[in-house]
Amino acid sequence: MFYREAGQFKSTYEADSAKFPIFQDKVFIWIYLAIGFFVIPYFGDEFFLGAIMIPFLVFTLAAIGLNILTGFTGQISLGTGAFMGVGAYACYKMTLAFPEVNILVFILLSGVFSALVGVFFGLPSLRIKGFYLVVTTLAAQFFLEWAFIRIPWLYNYNDSGAIEVPQREAFGVIVTGASASAEVRYLVCLAFVVIMTWFASNLISGRIGRQWMMIRDMDIAAELMGVRPLYAKLSAFAVSSFYCGVAGALMVFLWLGAAEVESFDYNHSFEILFMVILGGLGSLLGCFLGAAVIWILPVIIRDWLPPLVETLTTITITSSTADLVSDIIIGVMIVVFLIMEPHGLARLWAIIKQKLRVWPFPY
Amino acid sequence: MELLNKIFVEPFETMYALPDLLLQTLWEGFVSGTLYSLIALGFVLIFKASGVFNFAQGIMVVFAALALVGIHALGVPAYLAVLLTLGVMALLAFTVVRVVLKPLVNQPDIILFMSTIGITFILIAGGQLIFGGEPKAMITTELGLPTGSSDWEVGGGIVIFQHIDIAAAVIAAILIAGLALFFNKTKTGRALRAVADDHQAALSVGISLEHIWVIVWFAAGVVALTAGILWAAKSDVSFALQVVALKALPVLVLGGFTSIPGAIIGGLIIGFGEKIFDLYWGSPILGGGTESWFAFIIALIFLLYRPEGLFGEKLIERI
Repeated sequence: MFYREAGQFKSTYEADSAKFPIFQDKVFIWIYLAIGFFVIPYFGDEFFLGAIMIPFLVFTLAAIGLNILTGFTGQISLGTGAFMGVGAYACYKMTLAFPEVNILVFILLSGVFSALVGVFFGLPSLRIKGFYLVVTTLAAQFFLEWAFIRIPWLYNYNDSGAIEVPQREAFGVIVTGASASAEVRYLVCLAFVVIMTWFASNLISGRIGRQWMMIRDMDIAAELMGVRPLYAKLSAFAVSSFYCGVAGALMVFLWLGAAEVESFDYNHSFEILFMVILGGLGSLLGCFLGAAVIWILPVIIRDWLPPLVETLTTITITSSTADLVSDIIIGVMIVVFLIMEPHGLARLWAIIKQKLRVWPFPY
Repeated sequence: MELLNKIFVEPFETMYALPDLLLQTLWEGFVSGTLYSLIALGFVLIFKASGVFNFAQGIMVVFAALALVGIHALGVPAYLAVLLTLGVMALLAFTVVRVVLKPLVNQPDIILFMSTIGITFILIAGGQLIFGGEPKAMITTELGLPTGSSDWEVGGGIVIFQHIDIAAAVIAAILIAGLALFFNKTKTGRALRAVADDHQAALSVGISLEHIWVIVWFAAGVVALTAGILWAAKSDVSFALQVVALKALPVLVLGGFTSIPGAIIGGLIIGFGEKIFDLYWGSPILGGGTESWFAFIIALIFLLYRPEGLFGEKLIERI
């Protein structure tokens, strides 16, 4: 009853297969976008934008990348962190070589490098699948981590071995570097995420996305029906790594400001896999929800748990203990979700929407 | 030309000139190979019996070692502490099977795999919460494990054998022989093999799947505890071990997911290979540190030619 679509008839095929077939959904999307682009940067302070919203957007983008590979094509990957690293290092090298070029161009281009590396490590997926693929993506993870340390050219022979983001402009506004304002960085991030989400959603509902899903559901049957596995799997690896690469470049250039190899280690690969599982395999909305929960939950627990425990009991706990508690909670949530709702938060959201539509009736 | 020289000539010259270095490296490779095999063995046990790819095996190794040290630190005698740790592993096995695996029966493999990643996370954080995150020394002498080393003179140099390494190899061999006996000669072992061959057929002749799974997870826990003790005796008990344990994955790829001899031979190949490669090729040409990825890249190349592993069963798929 909160949600009524009676009287909305579709007279064309295009209207029926639209992304948001219901009028209310369209309105809500525009409202969300307006909040994202105008309200949050206006009211959010430096901490909220820089430490919560920007990482959330970056991880959302990486989760979309992994979801394309794992959720839509059914190939498990534990190399997300390293692919993000490829994007970050590529962007760093390019902007040092050509400082005058618009940094946004390089952030997009860095995805291309990441895609190439992704395709290379995706090649074994043509012969193998399932758990074996975990091993090859871990090979990518460990090999690239090693490369980020041992190839000094990548970090420009710095003594520290870290990459430091230089100050760069786009359209006359300082976007990266220490003097870039949080609002600008947030808006750039948001624009990337919105455009790339829109692109991904079209890709998925198009011909290529359906091929991915056919491969996921049953690869041999898909092959018999004319899907070329080589093309479908490698394109999934390419697109997925492209998204991860852009996310990595955004992470270093707009959020961290400087990065070492630890920023791309395999823990991040796990973290992003968790976002995808928790949010929902094969759902773009799930990437947003999963990233929000996995990123924001530890922040909340770290801030609230120690004072809460102190007021209730006499035990004092440190913030590192609180981190461990949030890790345990996330692990438990993963298991519980896999048991209770394998389709993740996205499915819960759909159930809530359905309930709101038919309320107060059961169906 | 110089590169070719570095790849094809110099390593062998060094091997010939310093035979003691070569022997020492081979011995170290053998020891770490046995430990990789032990970790991989835990994976294989669970994969064979329940089809679950247990990502948590690596952290189970750390957790078992931590539990042992932690219980001993409470003032419990060493051997009793081992027994209590076995109890902890049994409890863990029971909980995992009851709480996680049973509700997930008949789910796709990928879901089960991801649930074990969830278990990994819980065990990592839980282990740190209970036992603390700092590295701890293993109670080597209390357990009666030998320390010290003996030297052996070869070709003008000496090769050092740490006694703990010799003990590790012997204990690993005993454990594997024991498991083989258990699998082949006891009633429970036969039931385990029946489950491994065919779940439904096993169910239809009256074997309780849940019961078998608990036993298998416990067996994997015993293997994990052994691997944990032996590995930690060489270094320390710390969570860094978990990354090392990930190397059991390429071992599995080499040996095949369902083969126990495969796990052993794969472990030895990886153990020898990475030490030799890093010393003779990795350090001079690539600047060292290649041990972190060598095993994975070998597995990757190997997969392209023989996806089912050395001893794995060839998969035939039907629609």
